[in-house]
Formats: sequence, structure tokens, C-alpha cells
Amino acid sequence: MSTPVPEAGPCAAWEGLLNGYLDGELDAAHVMDVERHLAGCPACAGALQRMTLVRRVVSQEDVRWRAPPALRDSVVAALARERSAAVAQPLARPSGMAALVGRLRAMLPALRQWSIIPSLAVVAAALLLVVLPPRGGSSLEEELVAGHVRSLLAEHLTDVASSNQHTVKPWFGGKIDFSPPVVDLAARGFPLAGGRLDYIGGRVVAALVYRRNGHVINVFVWPAGSDAHLDRAFMARAREGYTLLNWTEAGLTYWAISDLNTVELKEFQEDFLEALPK
Amino acid sequence: MAELSARHGHAAPAADRGRDGATAARFDALILPHLDAAYNLARYLSRDPDAAQDIVQDAFLRAYRSFADFRGLSPRAWLLAIVRNCHATWRMQHRRAPQSAPLPHGDGEAPEDAASLLVDGDTPESLLLRRTEAEAVRALLEHLPEPLREVLVLRELDELSYREIAEVAGVPVGTVMSRLSRARRLFADLWSRAAPDGETVP
Repeated sequence: MSTPVPEAGPCAAWEGLLNGYLDGELDAAHVMDVERHLAGCPACAGALQRMTLVRRVVSQEDVRWRAPPALRDSVVAALARERSAAVAQPLARPSGMAALVGRLRAMLPALRQWSIIPSLAVVAAALLLVVLPPRGGSSLEEELVAGHVRSLLAEHLTDVASSNQHTVKPWFGGKIDFSPPVVDLAARGFPLAGGRLDYIGGRVVAALVYRRNGHVINVFVWPAGSDAHLDRAFMARAREGYTLLNWTEAGLTYWAISDLNTVELKEFQEDFLEALPK
Repeated sequence: MAELSARHGHAAPAADRGRDGATAARFDALILPHLDAAYNLARYLSRDPDAAQDIVQDAFLRAYRSFADFRGLSPRAWLLAIVRNCHATWRMQHRRAPQSAPLPHGDGEAPEDAASLLVDGDTPESLLLRRTEAEAVRALLEHLPEPLREVLVLRELDELSYREIAEVAGVPVGTVMSRLSRARRLFADLWSRAAPDGETVP
């Protein structure tokens, strides 16, 4: 089969970013980069148009398969059977062993919370999020998770890449109206990777970047507002597999976020607080 | 549930019943609404209407049994990850030959012949001999290599984020990005080739 000459493709270096742009996965800085590039590159502009066409064609309502009504009924029926079985089962074998197993099972969540196996602690914390009604502040957490993910995704981890606190701290000077403390924690196993500016909760914030064995820790810092009463208190949350730690110290609000487990991230927080200039 | 307890001549302890009831209600509120999405993914992965129903049924039971492990993913992404696993199980049980050779390595820079990636030896032209545009799109999607079809369905039909797609498909976010790039490029190429004057970019 003869193949028509394909239309000129996008610049290789930009194709991933074009997809991220279309999917709303880029941070503000990269959105601006892409828009600037698109203005001067017909090949990439054409590629973006083709991607948009694919979206329009594929996301038509009739392309989506819908569950047949019979399937819905049989799923509901199967779930009902499963539920009645779950209730009947303990009654069927009321032996001492079963009671013991039941009690052990009941203790499991408590054990997990203190387990050194990190993912289980995250699971337990995540469950809390599911059980509790949505709280205020969750959109802030979403923004923080998004900021963290985007910093990894778009390889926009740092604006100033340095492991030297005396390079990173002055870099923030003049760019923001507060001065985040930058401490060197290499000796504690958390080498500094650099810093960058990010945009969280409608304001420009400082992001300090630390590493731990291939994991990245973003520490977002901004002046504490009305929540300053949380002084030195901290909260640990888990969201989408990430751990978030929040604390306030000397008038600044800190949010540390990482895919590290809660225990390690707390270790980081303690080391960070300890190293702060007194 | 009440019937069964009565037959056994026992009543379930009220606390248990209350807890199970709450779990069931939460499951129904969070997970059940995504039945269509589950079927959609199962149908596109298996390309078999009967198998898709079995896979979805299986997935909902598995989801219910492991609901306590429901993690920080969105409920939809969590369910779709289970659907994907159930599809893999179904594929293994039926000893189906893989429908496509492993995805040829492409770094996304060299132009590749889109038609050579089609599974089942169809041509773009034959796929487009469908009555409606939606049917043609379905046919084209079904003939994309599975890893590309999967990301395109999860992104364009389920609107999952890259992070969620990575969780569902069990691959790094970077792989999601490159597969999505290839899937869109391939689809656009086939679509324009098969419908040369039907769809034009404005």
C-alpha cells in the first residue's frame, strides 16, 4: 500500500509538552513556554490541531460503551448475594478460633498504623479521607499534590539547582516578599536539590526541593495567615499516594509533600525544624 | 439479607449489621456509579461484549471484597485498575494469544507506518466502512495496539489524569505521556488517511 507522505510532525522536543498542554497537565510556566513556541512553529500548531481533532472525534458520546441493563441488574444481584454471605458467615462458625481470628482482624488496622511498612500506613490514612466528609482545605491539598506532580512531570523541579543553601536562599530574594529559611540536610540524608517558585492557593510561594534516595520532597513555604495558631503543630495527610505534612513555624506555613512514607517524611520535618537557625 | 438471617434463626449483631450497611452504602455511592466506565474499559480491552460483562461482574465482586483497601485514588480510577486486572485474568484463563505483538519500540521521533501497527491485519479503509462516525471510531480504537488503546480510552473517554492512568495501567507517568503521544499520532494518521475529505482540521 502506498503511504501518503505524513504531515510534518511536531518538533520532537515539544511533542510531550503539547500533549501535556492539551491535557491540562502543565504548570503555568510551561503553559506559557508552549504558547510562545506555538506562536512561532506551524508544525507544532498543526500537531496540536490534530490532537484536538482526535479528542473531538474519540470523545463523542456514542463512542463510549454503556453497560447493558442486564449487566447492571446482575452486578447489583451479585453484590446483594455477597453482602448476605458476609453477614451469615460469622454465624455459621461461632467457634473460639473464629472469634480469635475476628478479633485479630479487628486489631489489624491499629497494627497497620504503627507498622513500619509504609504503604499500609498510607492506606490507613487514605481510608480516613474516604470516611470523612470533604473538609475545607482539601482543594489546597489537591493543589499541593498537583504542584508536586507537575514539578516531577514537566522536569521543572528547580529554577535554581544547587545543593548549596547559600546559593538557594539569596535566589529567592527579590522574587518573593518573604525569605524562606533554606537549610542543608545532606548530613541527615536529605540533600538539597534547589528551589523554585510555584503558584499555590492564589499566591506565589517558595518551593524548596530535597531528595532522599531517589525520592523527591517538595517543601512549599509561604507566610502564615489566619491559620498561624497552628504554631508548630503539624498534620499528616495522605492523598493520591502522597504524604503531606503541614506545620507552621515563625510566621511561615510549610507543606512538605513526597511519595516517602509518613515516618520518613516526619523524620525529614524534625531534621528540618532542628536545623532552622534559632 | 434479612431473609437469610431469619432462615438461620439468628439475628446478626446490630453493630455488625450497621457497619456492613454503612460499607455497602458507601460502596454503592462511590463505586457503583462507575459501572458504565467499567464496562467501557472492559469492552475496549477485551473487544468482546460477553467477556466484557463477565469481566465487569468479576471486577465489582473483587472491588467489594477489597473495598477496605481502597486507596487515595479516585473511585473511578480505583475501579478501572481492578477492571484492568480482571481483564488480564480473563485473557490468561482463555489462553488467548496476545492480540498484538509487543509494542514495537518507538521513541516517538522516527515516523512509523501507522497501518503496520494495526492489529488483525485490517486496513484503515476497511475499518471506515461503517455506518456512523461513532462506529468507525470504535472500530479504529479497537484496532489500535492494546497499550495505546488503553491510554487513549482512559484519557479521552474517562478523562483520567496522567497520574491516575499511570496507577490504572501500572506504568510510570512518563510512559503514559509517550504512549498517549503515539496513540494520538497514530489515530490522527489513520483517521486522516481513511477519511481524507470527511474530517479536516479547520
